[in-house]
Amino acid sequence: MPMPNETDTTSPKYLRDKYAIVGVGETTYMRGSGMTTRALGTWAVRNAIEDAGLKPSDVDGMLSYQSGDSTFATFIAGDLGIRLNFYMDVFGGGSSTEALVGLAIGLIEAGMCKAVVIFRAMNGFSQVRIGGTGARAVAPVSGDMLHSRAYGWQSAGQMFSPTFLRHMHDYGTRPEQVAAVKAIHSEHASNNPKAFYQKRVSVADVLASRFICKPLHLLDCCVETDNGTAIVVTSAERARDCRHPRVLIRGVVGRCSKPRMDMHYQYGPISTVAGHYAREILWPNAGVGPDDIDVTGSYDAFTFTTMLQLEDYGFCKKGEGGHYVSDGTIRLGGRRPNNTSGGHLCEGYTHGLNMVIENVRQLRHDADDSCPVGPDGRRQHTYDYREGGCRQVKNCELSANLGWANPGTGSAMVMRRD
Amino acid sequence: MGIQANYLGMPLDINDLDVENLAYFKHCAAHDFHLQRCAACGLVRYPPTTACPWCASPKSEWVPVEGRGAVHSYTEVHHAIQPAFKNHTPYLILLVDLDTQKGKPSEHESLRVVGNLVTPEGRLAPPEMVRRVGIGTRVRMVFADVTPGLALPHWTIDEGASQPDKPWRYPED
Repeated sequence: MPMPNETDTTSPKYLRDKYAIVGVGETTYMRGSGMTTRALGTWAVRNAIEDAGLKPSDVDGMLSYQSGDSTFATFIAGDLGIRLNFYMDVFGGGSSTEALVGLAIGLIEAGMCKAVVIFRAMNGFSQVRIGGTGARAVAPVSGDMLHSRAYGWQSAGQMFSPTFLRHMHDYGTRPEQVAAVKAIHSEHASNNPKAFYQKRVSVADVLASRFICKPLHLLDCCVETDNGTAIVVTSAERARDCRHPRVLIRGVVGRCSKPRMDMHYQYGPISTVAGHYAREILWPNAGVGPDDIDVTGSYDAFTFTTMLQLEDYGFCKKGEGGHYVSDGTIRLGGRRPNNTSGGHLCEGYTHGLNMVIENVRQLRHDADDSCPVGPDGRRQHTYDYREGGCRQVKNCELSANLGWANPGTGSAMVMRRD
Repeated sequence: MGIQANYLGMPLDINDLDVENLAYFKHCAAHDFHLQRCAACGLVRYPPTTACPWCASPKSEWVPVEGRGAVHSYTEVHHAIQPAFKNHTPYLILLVDLDTQKGKPSEHESLRVVGNLVTPEGRLAPPEMVRRVGIGTRVRMVFADVTPGLALPHWTIDEGASQPDKPWRYPED
């Protein structure tokens, strides 16, 4: 929807609208990439720079995130002949994307560089499996993990489930409500030729799939894939010279946390997540509120993470997340679709970056679905959301990405179409 | 001296520099649960830390704490990730609110101590025992001995306590 009348879009406050995402790029979302994370990262960064209409030499900053499972900025820059004025590889998975966009803005604002590429390259199926099986499952247990892994409490699903179950206990949230997230994201993925899983599944399919750890069925959990993903951030002024309509960054909150991050379960309510705190930074920075947002990218490592964040960022009342994600609101054609690419549940697992890529394309009105391409090279969207059809959100002006690290930490970003 | 041991075929390693965890597990090995109490503000904390989460004081002393409480939340694992647990599914991971310091220093805080549901002898619980436990179940601490200086604290059903009529379990159960 259009920006609220009282919003001063020219305000320099919080650097609102002064920076833009000008390029997005990715590899195929796949299992069995047959290449190194260095190769995946190089392809993704190359594609993002090309998408922006820039040359590699136009980029002079590079940021990446990983958890000991990927390559470093130095190698990607070397492969593409880029001389960097700034680079940093940070530790972390989910919630890193939006946080690094915030850092990129700060770097450019401080005059340390002019255009920053952010990448995540991972063989999340072929090498370090995101589900935690393989080498990580047999590593010795020491330090803080004596209070977690020693109890068979290791994978993301195992670590988060006490929050998920407690939400069901506190608010009466039903399994079939949460399963709707997977069913709806699978509908979106069926209109995304890039998605790893393009087959539609039903709520009944989710509930009939085997348990991993309660309350998570197999189909409540995201896919493990191999892929590289990248975005390019630069100033709104430089963005005018780039290839696509400008997608401006309204506001960012990065790795905002609950108390006691050494073990966040010590501080309740444990059915409340970091978005409860992050929303106090996100919405004032962005100058808009949840009602103004047209499309969301609420991180779906699990069906529950999408629901918990939408609820705690204020898209519905506390405790009503189960209703919000199952009443049609988050479906294409609904009031506010979520993860129109299919997200981590269906498109591919990237620790959040593909959800930002998708919303950039939505705000360009250029979702890469199967709609016909017109003489101007742009897709002629039909807004027919049946299987195999369109996935562009009509009149998409404002997006919100809600990144998730764990129940205790999250990041978020609001973007708008110029 | 650090400790290297094996539990369910899983290597456990406490580094000799990790004095907080060495002290914590030494008390567990004596089947006498202790936590750190802040010398400045008097609050007890879990898990072991180097400073107080409430007042940042680095000074503390180990004090005995009663191993009794109620299940705050849990997960029931059917697909084990770690090989050590593959032969023990379904197993429960419990977050237990200790009676000690419950609701302090603020309404939503408690000492939430992690453990598996085990038999009174300290072995991972069989399926019929797993089915009896949910949010609200009263539990008491028991220990699984691993090696001198190291036992893991766990939870078993407190058969002597007054139990809720029906502990809260996942809706399909």
